[in-house]
Amino acid sequence: MSSVNDIQNEIIEEFNILGDDKESTIFYIMELGGKLPDFPENERIDSNIIKGCQSKVWLTAKDDNDQIEFLADSNTDITKGLISLLIRVLSGKKPKEILDADLFFIDKIGMGNIIGSQRSNGLAAMIKQMKLYALAYQTKQNA
Amino acid sequence: MSLNVDKIRDQFPVLHQEVNGRPLVYFDNAATTQKPQSVIDAISGYYKLDNSNIHRGAHTLADRATRYFEDTRAAVKEFINAREDSEIIFTKGTTESINLVASTYGRKFLTKGDEVLISAMEHHSNIVPWQMLCEEKEAVLKIIPVNDQGEIIYDEFEKLLSEKTKILSVIHVSNALGTINPVREMIQAAKKWGAKVFLDGAQSTSHLTIDVQELDCDFLAFSAHKLYGPTGLGILYGKREVLESMPPYQGGGEMIKEVSFEKTTYNDIPFKFEAGTPNIADVIAFKTALDFIREIGKSNIKNHEDELLRYASSSWSEIKGFIPVGIAKDKISVISFNIREMHPFDVGVMLDATGIAVRTGHHCTQPLMQRFGLEGTVRASFSVYNTKSEIDQMTEAVSKIAKIKNK
Repeated sequence: MSSVNDIQNEIIEEFNILGDDKESTIFYIMELGGKLPDFPENERIDSNIIKGCQSKVWLTAKDDNDQIEFLADSNTDITKGLISLLIRVLSGKKPKEILDADLFFIDKIGMGNIIGSQRSNGLAAMIKQMKLYALAYQTKQNA
Repeated sequence: MSLNVDKIRDQFPVLHQEVNGRPLVYFDNAATTQKPQSVIDAISGYYKLDNSNIHRGAHTLADRATRYFEDTRAAVKEFINAREDSEIIFTKGTTESINLVASTYGRKFLTKGDEVLISAMEHHSNIVPWQMLCEEKEAVLKIIPVNDQGEIIYDEFEKLLSEKTKILSVIHVSNALGTINPVREMIQAAKKWGAKVFLDGAQSTSHLTIDVQELDCDFLAFSAHKLYGPTGLGILYGKREVLESMPPYQGGGEMIKEVSFEKTTYNDIPFKFEAGTPNIADVIAFKTALDFIREIGKSNIKNHEDELLRYASSSWSEIKGFIPVGIAKDKISVISFNIREMHPFDVGVMLDATGIAVRTGHHCTQPLMQRFGLEGTVRASFSVYNTKSEIDQMTEAVSKIAKIKNK
């Protein structure tokens, strides 16, 4: 299994190929969103909605043999694409890896410019929620 | 007469730039219009040469600034054909103008069981202040329903009127849909029941010729920034006798006649409602924006915008998956729409990637969006400086985007 940083470098590479053209970048992100695995309907509940996002985002996690699997969905395809990137980097990792992760790929692929400053807060809220899940599992493990 | 749009565009520096590698197409004019060079120059000119506090100083600069400030009041009076300058009050914006009336006129004259009538297509700023007032006064907020085309259902409106109706506050032109409401008839109908009428003119004043005496509304509110003028400046028009019957809004300098610790007497209108140092630079610059409109001519602006509306409506209706929202017979140059199977936010971000600026979301009209069962729409709104070739650019972009989900 690739490390958090290896995956981030892969993503940076992919976005480099797209170049500076914002239109193709957005189309690519939407395509990624389309490939996000189906979100379980029984998890589509208010308590799984991430506050602070302008689009609706549902996020849940399950503990799979000390590794955390994230599942997420959104009502907008671009947000789904962004979540799919976060999931690709953080899903299937141990709680400590998630908590220690420095998500440098976000700056490197210019995500702030892609989604605009108003939506960067939503992205920060998603990351915070993923790290909170990791912290909760870690605390449970140590208990 | 067709306009020389190139010449008009030359006056707007902001339009001449690339966004995301494409020429900027600015179709978010219902949110705010761009500013001509003359308005930009008037703001900096004031600070360079005339800056002074008004209505007080016994010196030349203060006198000059005061004169220019009051010249704008006179220009606004002309613009809406008010009876006198004193009926024009400067505020922060349309929102403050509504809040001012709700918390002065509304607080003084509304009592338990009275009714305030608004429509289902109001902007939040014409809902919340009345809601707050009704809660405080135990009055009732009544809502005029809207049909599937996005028009007020007139019969239902008439049924809602009664001797309990104390205030009718209605949006003249819908910001979300572009619908022009039949306010002349509505005002007359409400007057028969003795109601006061507040007109939210935030969207209408930039497109339609407004004559407050002919309309006979008691209040009209609008914002300078949607009329090629500066942000942070609004207008409240009120009939003299109504304004005089109202208590002051805020206390402070300027709004007083005499102050002692025992008793303060208030200034005459409009100053009674203009406590503190006002937004002098922007007020002065707003006259330049009104001059810009007058020089082109309101009807020439309207004709040009109507032509753009017709052109865009017919071009976009051909796009597979294009769903217009709000198809009233009487509309200004606003097109609200969705693309089948797509979220408006995604459409907006993709348009931005091709240099096209539109608004997406609920447009501060959540109850209206709920009425249509929508989370939001994409809204393109045209102004005097927009062109058919810009619409072609958007037609091409929307077609490409729509194809993603509408093969």
